[in-house]
Amino acid sequence: MFYREAGQYKTTYEADSAIFPIRQERFAFWTFLVIAFVVVPLTASPYLFSAILIPFLILALAAIGLNILTGYAGQLSLGSAAFMAVGAFASYNFVLRVPGIPLLVAFGCGGLSAAAVGILFGLPSLRIRGFYLAVATLAAQFFIVWCLTKIGWFTNYSASGVITAQALVILGYTFDTPRAKYLLVLTIVALMALAAKNMARSNTGRKWMAVRDMDVAAEVIGIRLMSSKLLAFAVSSFYCGVAGALYAYAYLGTVEPEAYNLDLSFRILFMIIIGGMGTILGSFLGAAFIVLTPILLNIFVHTFAQSLPSSVSSNLEPMVFGGMIIYFLVVEPHGLARLWQIGKEKLRLWPFPH
Amino acid sequence: MTTAAARPIGDVILTLEHISLAFGGVKALADISFDVREHEIRAIIGPNGAGKSSMLNVINGVYRPQEGTITFRGEVRRNMEPHHAAAQGIARTFQNIALFKGMSVLDNIMTGRNLRMRTSFIEHALHWGRANREEIENRHRVEEIIDFLEIQHIRKAPVGKLPYGLQKRVELARALAAEPSLLLLDEPMAGMNVEEKQDMCRFVLDVNGQYGTTIVLIEHDMGVVMDISDRVVVLDYGRKIGDGVPDEVRSSKAVIDAYLGAAH
Repeated sequence: MFYREAGQYKTTYEADSAIFPIRQERFAFWTFLVIAFVVVPLTASPYLFSAILIPFLILALAAIGLNILTGYAGQLSLGSAAFMAVGAFASYNFVLRVPGIPLLVAFGCGGLSAAAVGILFGLPSLRIRGFYLAVATLAAQFFIVWCLTKIGWFTNYSASGVITAQALVILGYTFDTPRAKYLLVLTIVALMALAAKNMARSNTGRKWMAVRDMDVAAEVIGIRLMSSKLLAFAVSSFYCGVAGALYAYAYLGTVEPEAYNLDLSFRILFMIIIGGMGTILGSFLGAAFIVLTPILLNIFVHTFAQSLPSSVSSNLEPMVFGGMIIYFLVVEPHGLARLWQIGKEKLRLWPFPH
Repeated sequence: MTTAAARPIGDVILTLEHISLAFGGVKALADISFDVREHEIRAIIGPNGAGKSSMLNVINGVYRPQEGTITFRGEVRRNMEPHHAAAQGIARTFQNIALFKGMSVLDNIMTGRNLRMRTSFIEHALHWGRANREEIENRHRVEEIIDFLEIQHIRKAPVGKLPYGLQKRVELARALAAEPSLLLLDEPMAGMNVEEKQDMCRFVLDVNGQYGTTIVLIEHDMGVVMDISDRVVVLDYGRKIGDGVPDEVRSSKAVIDAYLGAAH
């Protein structure tokens, strides 16, 4: 009853193809943005910023990157963390070796470096697909992390391999508080998410989905498989690269190969599976689920299950977490984004039966 | 009875000469030659496994024949490439519906216009000016096709959930969105009831009449074939056993033998 499009007539194709075609959705979206940009920075604690919100946003960006490649273009990848590492290390080296380079430009160059590496490791996708391609990208994961550990130039010959990221200075302003870092990350993620959505709803996105759904038919209507797939790898790796740079500069504060291990790649893959393949919203929902649930469970266990022996309570979290993942995938294999969509369909009538 | 095409039949635009195609030891097509004239409806018929679909796959470059040449609009080739065929104005539908299942009807048809869109992915990402205008312009053309094929009501529906007959129509819409000069239809009426067949016949004739599109179609319903096509090629076991106007083909002994079995 409250969420419905009755009476909202669209008179142009532009209005019809808007991101939020329904007025209530636009309202909800802008409210949400105001909360994220104004209310949260004024009220949240430093812990909330640096332990929850910043990693959530950065991983959501990486999930958008993987979603472009796997969700939209249908190319399974297990190397997203490696492309994040390329972005982080490239940004570090650009700042270190190019005097006077603005930090945001260095992040962009980091993203472009990741895109180049992504294209290189995307080449096998022209001949293999599915699980075999996943194995090829797994090679990228191991090879890149190994490379960054073994070749001293990347870490500026640091003895431990762990280097401190340079200060976040943009246009003379130093982003050193959690709140400032949060606002920086939020702005970058919001703009890049918008760009991803725009690509997804235009010819670029349709080409990717065509390649994903039926490659022979795509070829027959004139889509070049090679350029579409490699573009997906490039754009996806660019997103992962920028996310990796933010991960190092705004979250960890250090640049180290071990932060970008296979475990992180898997977490990003789980985000898009649980959140919803081929949706930008799903990347955020999945990232929220993967980042927030363990923290909430931890708080829950510590508050309500204190009487349990520690051996039980420490194992309880991963068990409940795993159970929740299975439950959500059984209820809706297409992810949380689809659940949200179904919920909206139901809301059109609610609370009336017809 | 043959219906005359609304536009006068013109010169030969597509010539296939001595096409042979084999998969390992299996000869799918053996030394086949025929031509297609502008604005005509050319049917390919034959029993199952005769090589009809292989023939279409050769024309738009999905298969590469081992021998023979393809001449399309004066350009002689050993074989077509799919994107080349698309760029030259050849579109097709598939026997087993090959729609993009994860996309809406509208997006499927818009994808058919991808070759007419020139803006880059960066312009798409920014969604400014040129990219936006191009999207809207192409949407106008797509809406014309949606009106033409009477599928306005399912525009926003996910294509995977549509009934079979409508999916076939959406696939035709996607092919038409490319504004092809040569349209290849692989069994457009297979598995349809009489009413759906009538609709589809009407659409095929309208496409031919209104847009002047040359059509090559494979069809098993002999009534339909004899009614709407201008000339018919008959294949059997990868060989050509008949070629001509419907009445000639109908009375040909080789064709009757292939369909009904020869009395030896």
